[in-house]
Amino acid sequence: MSLTLTAMSGRAVTGDQQQWSRSGEMQHSRGPYISVITNRTTNLLIRGAMLFSVGVFLALVLNLLQVQRNITLFPPDVITSIFSSAWWVPLCCGTAAAMIGLLYPCIDSRLGEPHKFKREWSSVMRCVAVFVGINHASAKVDFANNVQLSLTLAALSIGLWWTFDRSRSGFGLGICIAFLGTLVTQLLVYNGVFQYTSPDFLYIRSWLPCIFFAGVITMGNIGRQLALYEYKFIQDKSHQD
Amino acid sequence: MTLREQLREKISAAFYRHGLLCASYPVPIILFTSASILTCCYPLLRLPLPGTGPVEFTTGLRDYSVPFHEPQGDFGERPDWYRGPPVAYIQQVLVKAAVSPWDNSLVPVDVFRSPLGRVFNLLEEIRNHVHSDSSGIRSLESLCLQVTDLFPGLRRMQSVLPEHGCLLVSPGNYWQNQRELFDSDPDPFKTIQKHEPKGLHTSATLRDLLFGVPVKYSGVSHYNRKRVVTYTITVVLSSYDARFLGSLRARLKQLHPSANCTLRDDHMVHVHFKEEIGIAELIPLVTTYIILFAYIYFSTRKIDMVKSKWGLALAAVVTVLSSLLMSVGLCTLFGLTPTLNGGEIFPYLVVVIGLENVLVLTKSVVSTPVDLEVKLRIAQGLSNESWSIMKNMATELCIILIGYFTLVPAIQEFCLFAVVGLVSDFFLQMFFFTTVLSIDIRRMELADLNRRLPAEAGMPPPKPGPLRTREVPPPPRPSPHTITLQTPAFRNLRLPKRLRVVYFLARTRLAQRIIMAGTVIWIGILVYTDPAGIRTYLAAQVSEQSPLGDTGGGGLPPHLGVAPVFRGGDPTSTLSIHRAPDPTPLPENQSQGHHGPPRAGPIPQSPPAVPQITWGEEDEEGWRRLSFRHWPSLFSYYNITLAKRYISILPVIPITVHLTPQEAIDARHPQDTRHPQPPIPKISADLQTDLTLYKVAALGLAAGVLLVLLLFCLYRVLCPRNYGQNGVPHGRRRRGDLPCDDYGYSPPVSEISPLLLRGHSMDIECLASDGMLLASCCLAGQIRVWDAQTGDCLTVIPNHGMTGAQESELRRRTTPSRPTLFIDQPDLTPLIDTNFTSQPPSHLSTPPSPSAYASPSSASSSPSVWAMELRGNLIAAGRSSGKLELWDAVEGSLRCSNEDGVSGITALAFLNNRIVAARLNGSLDFFTVEINKPLGLLQYRGPPGRSSMPQSPCYSSEDVISCQLTRSVQCAHQKPITVLRAAAGRVVTGSQDHTVRVYRLEDSCCLFTLQGHSGGITAIYIDQTMVLASGGQDGAICLWDVLTGSRVSHVYGHCGDVTSLVCTTSCVISSGLDDLICIWDRSTGIKLYSIQQEVGCGASLGVISESLLVTGGQGCVSFWDLNFGDLLQTVYLGQSSDGQGVRQLLVLDNAAIVCDFGSELSLVYVPSVLEKLD
Repeated sequence: MSLTLTAMSGRAVTGDQQQWSRSGEMQHSRGPYISVITNRTTNLLIRGAMLFSVGVFLALVLNLLQVQRNITLFPPDVITSIFSSAWWVPLCCGTAAAMIGLLYPCIDSRLGEPHKFKREWSSVMRCVAVFVGINHASAKVDFANNVQLSLTLAALSIGLWWTFDRSRSGFGLGICIAFLGTLVTQLLVYNGVFQYTSPDFLYIRSWLPCIFFAGVITMGNIGRQLALYEYKFIQDKSHQD
Repeated sequence: MTLREQLREKISAAFYRHGLLCASYPVPIILFTSASILTCCYPLLRLPLPGTGPVEFTTGLRDYSVPFHEPQGDFGERPDWYRGPPVAYIQQVLVKAAVSPWDNSLVPVDVFRSPLGRVFNLLEEIRNHVHSDSSGIRSLESLCLQVTDLFPGLRRMQSVLPEHGCLLVSPGNYWQNQRELFDSDPDPFKTIQKHEPKGLHTSATLRDLLFGVPVKYSGVSHYNRKRVVTYTITVVLSSYDARFLGSLRARLKQLHPSANCTLRDDHMVHVHFKEEIGIAELIPLVTTYIILFAYIYFSTRKIDMVKSKWGLALAAVVTVLSSLLMSVGLCTLFGLTPTLNGGEIFPYLVVVIGLENVLVLTKSVVSTPVDLEVKLRIAQGLSNESWSIMKNMATELCIILIGYFTLVPAIQEFCLFAVVGLVSDFFLQMFFFTTVLSIDIRRMELADLNRRLPAEAGMPPPKPGPLRTREVPPPPRPSPHTITLQTPAFRNLRLPKRLRVVYFLARTRLAQRIIMAGTVIWIGILVYTDPAGIRTYLAAQVSEQSPLGDTGGGGLPPHLGVAPVFRGGDPTSTLSIHRAPDPTPLPENQSQGHHGPPRAGPIPQSPPAVPQITWGEEDEEGWRRLSFRHWPSLFSYYNITLAKRYISILPVIPITVHLTPQEAIDARHPQDTRHPQPPIPKISADLQTDLTLYKVAALGLAAGVLLVLLLFCLYRVLCPRNYGQNGVPHGRRRRGDLPCDDYGYSPPVSEISPLLLRGHSMDIECLASDGMLLASCCLAGQIRVWDAQTGDCLTVIPNHGMTGAQESELRRRTTPSRPTLFIDQPDLTPLIDTNFTSQPPSHLSTPPSPSAYASPSSASSSPSVWAMELRGNLIAAGRSSGKLELWDAVEGSLRCSNEDGVSGITALAFLNNRIVAARLNGSLDFFTVEINKPLGLLQYRGPPGRSSMPQSPCYSSEDVISCQLTRSVQCAHQKPITVLRAAAGRVVTGSQDHTVRVYRLEDSCCLFTLQGHSGGITAIYIDQTMVLASGGQDGAICLWDVLTGSRVSHVYGHCGDVTSLVCTTSCVISSGLDDLICIWDRSTGIKLYSIQQEVGCGASLGVISESLLVTGGQGCVSFWDLNFGDLLQTVYLGQSSDGQGVRQLLVLDNAAIVCDFGSELSLVYVPSVLEKLD
């Protein structure tokens, strides 16, 4: 069970502190940084690294949400409970997060319709908070049955998209990746890599696609916000030239 | 018009009206909002505070029955957790044991060895106790809580904690409950210590668990002064059997009666434990909170364009938080007790409620036109955003409604909270935040006001027209003009907050008083709680010194007298399994002392040697002294959680054990006596007490010193200006380097743009003003008259004798003709020369007046003007040739001239109708200006076309003005007169001969010669109130009494010349060549503080009001707050700020400042702060 949620959901934030500080550096110190940061490949790498770390962090944290409530006064080992999932889960989440976060701005520019809805960090943070809340609800709230749980989470995910994204490309990509992710998880479980305690949708839990979808939207949001910085810098640079 | 539009309009109108209301009555609305917040939060008081502390509930023991699982009707105060059977019943047997009487032959180990040894007997007794009655035979084995394995991580405790059996803990567990092990243990104390964790331990330790009392009460140590050992045997029962426990209690009491024990045994305490949050649970929680704070940070960062960013951010957070509290309070009020974990859902609630509306409101209000009235701005801003706010609100309500229909209890509850939270948030936004915003915007407006009205501020009512004619007489103003701002308001705006805090602290001496009060309280607490055992120490001291006879006689504690009764009728001695120890050996001794033949008589050492076992209130519920984690940790060893469950604690069974010295000696281990004993244990115990005392004292002292140091550092950091010494230089701030406070928020800057009066071709030499007009004279001898309010140039009086051609000719010459004027006195021409060579060719723009150069005396060039005064519309100009001229300021015509003197006029004073001229040779001439009105007799050529001037009371163009020398004091001073000031009917001169002379203006009579300076006089100040201050080249400043001619005070403050002196009613301000401005108290002559300026700053000073000082500097003028010495503002006069210093500075009556700035004049209107009234 503990492997379940976070299998794909690791694409949100909180490693953002790093991001902010780094982006702060980008903004203020126009020293030798400027050439490095405006370099397209370097920028891409930095963004990818940030997104990856965010994904890994969220995978670990959200995994903890799944841990049953053990009241232990002498917690045996905090470290082991943090890394209770297999080593590949955070890595997969991080990679997926980086890919999605880079893919969203890329698709935006390809489609030629830049995303303009609520482009600010506070909105991104709100989005991340809601995503963590959705995970929280799926882990902690006792639902009467699985259908209800899945429906609620689906509604919440759609609400997340409507509140923070509202772009057709975001919706489409979210659906696609959620579908792909579900497929991959099914295959993994089918091959016995891991399993769910109480599967109700073939081999997995039925709410997994919703979580995937919400995660994709969140990571896309972060990725777009990060890309905004690059955009600004290129603009600045052209000004300077 | 669609319905939607109608609705929109209505909403917008409603918001507009609401905005007007909020901005009009800010204070009542904020009060009302605070009251409603408090009212709504009131029900929260009934909620239990969050935390993991256990909750207690006490029931009677007699009619106890296991509570039902389902709540049965109404049980009044019965808490809702009191359902079902408890996890366990705890029965503690509290043992107090002592060896008595204490013998000198005993060693300290005996204090606890044999008392601890008794635990094995008791354990055996408890384990073997069997109660049999009609319902069967019950033993402890059937009732106790059977435990299995220890928790896997606790292997090291395996040897001491019971496994696979009854949970029964006692100090005997240290020795596996085997007497033999204990007896063969050479050092029991070491065994106990061995299991203690190293380092800090706060919660229950193993020693606490086994002893059942806190360490310091157990008495197991080498330095036990009371020689009483206390421990408990804790029996954990799974079911409650009143009869078994009753018989156990009776049996134990029989064996070991506690004579004076009056502990109550009819109450049972149920302790409910809250859920403990593990670290694993905490991490996601912390993550959500981090995200929440990031959200709040990013949101409030967007608040911009307001007066106080932080204030508004705080208001926004307060809005959200109090709306949450209100929602919880309201839900509680209507019976919806929150079952959700508040800490977990809180971040999500904040995210749902959001800070967006607040930001939208701020932005909208800020973007309204600035020149509107505040309440209109608020109203407009509100109504602009009304539609989107309502739309968002409706959307959120809809989403929450959908969430409510998921029919999941947790989500429903969340939704309910969210709905109430949203509504209360809306309420607070509309009332609280809007009002705060209006206050903020109003403060902002003031700064705006200053920025937008640079010239008009502080001006008297509008002037009649651009052309000011001479019918406007100079209104003599008796008192110096004070600008309309009150000082406090000014200070509030300008002073950084941290400084205000420091001033507040300094004024009230708050820190000092708090420290004093804190120390007193601390000492009080120290004495009261007695951490170092001072009281017991003192008591022991007193009892040791008391007379010996008291102790042997009847002053016995009551139990000693009662005990023999028990002894006589002790039925249990025969039942005792082991050799019955005499339960009360002490009473025996006493009784021997009383009745029988005394064994040894009253032994002198015996009184302190009798350990007294007393039972007090605190023993009744001794478990309370334990950590509240005591029971959870005991159970957690066996993987039993007490979270959300409760245990029942039964009344303790008190047991008193007295041991004879012989028993103690028998129980000794052979090594006990060989142990290196602390030579005199009593002293070491004392020493220990003393050491504790010293430690506490040292810690307190260190803390005090640290606090003082911290406060000192804070003071030094926060209060950078130091009074009374030239400390940190107040650097002049460059442009763009505006003063900022710690928050990076600069105080409101009113961009004063100085009005530059251009026209002179050379540096300005003299400057005179009477408040309405302004006359200036440049080195070229040209006099210009300006309107002091508009800055218009009214008249140009060129240097007569210089035509335009001559002037251009002059410009071509590299060396101008130097008239041989200075025969008897130092040559001042080099000054003029240098300026001539650098003369800018800008003079062609002003056409020379055709009527000007008619003076018969000077053909090619005329002597330059050295002094000038302006009264009414007459300009008195003193020339270097000694000629005094009177010009009409408006018409630019020469009205009169006097050439009685030959030495150059260095200074002029023009008061009433008298002119005083000081000459270079030290003589002083008094002139009288007489105005005759014989019409039509024009002695001097007036402007022909301007005869139709209206009549005016004084100095009309038709008047004949004559200027006559009334008296000439030939040798007023030995050396040149440097300063001349006139006020209040006195003329004061200062000279290089180190003296100051005071003359009466009417009769030119010298009243006093004031001596006191050891250098030439460089500055004099006299005003209407007859205050006379003088400063000299020696850096001294003297204050004189003009009426008596006596020196009031004499202070030294400058390293060089005093260049300028000004007085206010309370202080004297001086500036010197050392670029220091000193502020002195006028009555005491004490230097209040000094301001170090940059090198090369001008020496000119001016006082605008009681608290506003203006100084001239390099291309700028600076405004200072006189009360605190803070630089308020620096106004830069021109683009090229460097090079040209302000040498002369005049404060006009309308709170404007005129200063020279190279060849230009600069008119600066003082920023006045006017409270904007709605």
